Amino acid sequence: MSPTPTRSLIPSTTAEAVAGLRRARTRRWASVVTVLSVLVIAVFVASLMIGQTFYPIDEVARVVAGQQVPGASFTVGRLRLPRAVLAVLVGLCFGLGGVTFQTMLRNPLASPDIIGISSGASAAAVFGIVTLGLGSTGVSVLAIVAGLGVALLIYALAFKNGAAGIRLILVGIGISSMLTALINWELTRAAQWDLQEALRWLAGSLNGANWDAVIPVLIALVILSPLLIGQSKSLSITQLGDDTAEALGVGVSRTRLFVIVTAVGLIAFATAAAGPVAFVAFLSGPIAARLTGPGPSPLIPAGLVGALLVLTADLVGQFALGTRYPVGVVTGILGAPYLLYLIIRINRSGGSL
Amino acid sequence: MTTDHSLSAEDLHLSYGDADIISGLSLELPAGDITGIVGANACGKSTLLKSMSRLLTPRQGRVILDGRQVHSMPAKQLARTLGLLPQTPIAPEGITVADLVGRGRHPHQGAFSRWSAADDLAVAEALDVTGTADLADRSVDELSGGQRQRVWIAMALAQQTDILLLDEPTTFLDVNHQVEVLDLLTELNARSGVTIVMVLHDLNLAARYCDRLVMLAGGGIHAAGTPAEVLTEDNVEEVFGLANRIIDDPVSGQPLMLPIGRHRTLC
Repeated sequence: MSPTPTRSLIPSTTAEAVAGLRRARTRRWASVVTVLSVLVIAVFVASLMIGQTFYPIDEVARVVAGQQVPGASFTVGRLRLPRAVLAVLVGLCFGLGGVTFQTMLRNPLASPDIIGISSGASAAAVFGIVTLGLGSTGVSVLAIVAGLGVALLIYALAFKNGAAGIRLILVGIGISSMLTALINWELTRAAQWDLQEALRWLAGSLNGANWDAVIPVLIALVILSPLLIGQSKSLSITQLGDDTAEALGVGVSRTRLFVIVTAVGLIAFATAAAGPVAFVAFLSGPIAARLTGPGPSPLIPAGLVGALLVLTADLVGQFALGTRYPVGVVTGILGAPYLLYLIIRINRSGGSL
Repeated sequence: MTTDHSLSAEDLHLSYGDADIISGLSLELPAGDITGIVGANACGKSTLLKSMSRLLTPRQGRVILDGRQVHSMPAKQLARTLGLLPQTPIAPEGITVADLVGRGRHPHQGAFSRWSAADDLAVAEALDVTGTADLADRSVDELSGGQRQRVWIAMALAQQTDILLLDEPTTFLDVNHQVEVLDLLTELNARSGVTIVMVLHDLNLAARYCDRLVMLAGGGIHAAGTPAEVLTEDNVEEVFGLANRIIDDPVSGQPLMLPIGRHRTLC
């Protein structure tokens, strides 16, 4: 059979129906992305305005445009702007990285914060702070390297004889517990002044965000996210199972390795900047998939959901609860019930993303 | 419509880890035929099919498509000529029939190229041919086993390959759906000249629907040829260790195998 549409005897109605369904899927995807983008921008602007002092939108706009506004220039320009920008970038990274793993392994539990990649970065950071006494740059580099290292270790252990999604998750959870033990051990012998810094690596926090922390995440996102999004078609084909994907011309092992390295890069850089903001990688994908419906690539929507989650959770953590909580505490409280729900549901039906 | 592709295996050695599954198998698959691969459990039927579609790299020997080694061809290029429907493909949760069948267009699309009218037509044709057009907007999860298998075949058809390999396309289906799927493949073969190679469990259905049978045993080919040449009492006895009688199938005229167990026999 060769593609000769002009000579086809098939009534055009089926083709029209197929095209109509496809357009409806694309439209829904586009409207989800549009609405999410608008929401991210709205919460971003709100987080620049809200704080101990409220600045109206015109003053915020002038600061962002680079003008000197007494008071606002420091509070908005130096404190709130880098914090909000970091929240967006980190959220995008976690959302993209998380949904990549969940899609690739066909399991929502397979997110990097469940299978030990985030713990790898955290454990290395705590080790760097407590035992090696490294400065913040050294700690970040160590965290990124450790995140990648742990991911490749899990991959090597789990993919010994070809593919196995569930084995990767189990190996990951095992490694994650070992790393948690290591973190606890480090914390018990940490000096008082290191403890505060170390704790930031455990829950995830945007406190003290500045442009120096923003730049590496921005560079990672600009380089890695187009590479990842370029693989989204192949990624969605691998969901049909390894054999089917190979038969459709997707090099499964190559795609998988490329995508793992890219996604882990995003996660590791975001973790190095803000700690492993709990459950954002885990939650973004399923929320995005629920919004777009099954079928279209959830990568971009998941990134936007991640950004929205981190921005909103940080705003809530700072100003809505009386005491100031780090962002990771708020997302952790949001994520835990969902994890339980998911475990119950998978137990019942063996579902995927 | 080009159906003059040649697919063959030369001195193929296949193994999983240390276990040799196939050793020194050579096979030529005639273009435009329906070939059935039969044999006892774990004799390497699926393994052979996988290596023919480069899912498994042979330890030794090669698979040749149109004079080129399958294992050194670009993946997408191969996927435009040769399709494979594995035994247990996975449907992503909630995916609709039209979307799933559309995934079969992957080898015809570039990484960023837009969906074309030719893609829509190919999907529509695959849905129409398999009688699944009415299901287009349904979720694959909701379908019956027979419907689902037709949808998977539709996906393989949307790939528009001249050669189609199927690994037990009738497993888990009721007998009426088995016949329906085999009828569908026969029509496809007659209409478009698609070369079909499939692993089948049911010897009698295999004899009825295939132009040629390849019977595997002991890591190689035990017998190959027309159903009448391959499905003989001796061959079934040797390969399956089963006493049996072969009679003429009054419906198709092909051989029909009747197993002889230890009980419930007249003599």
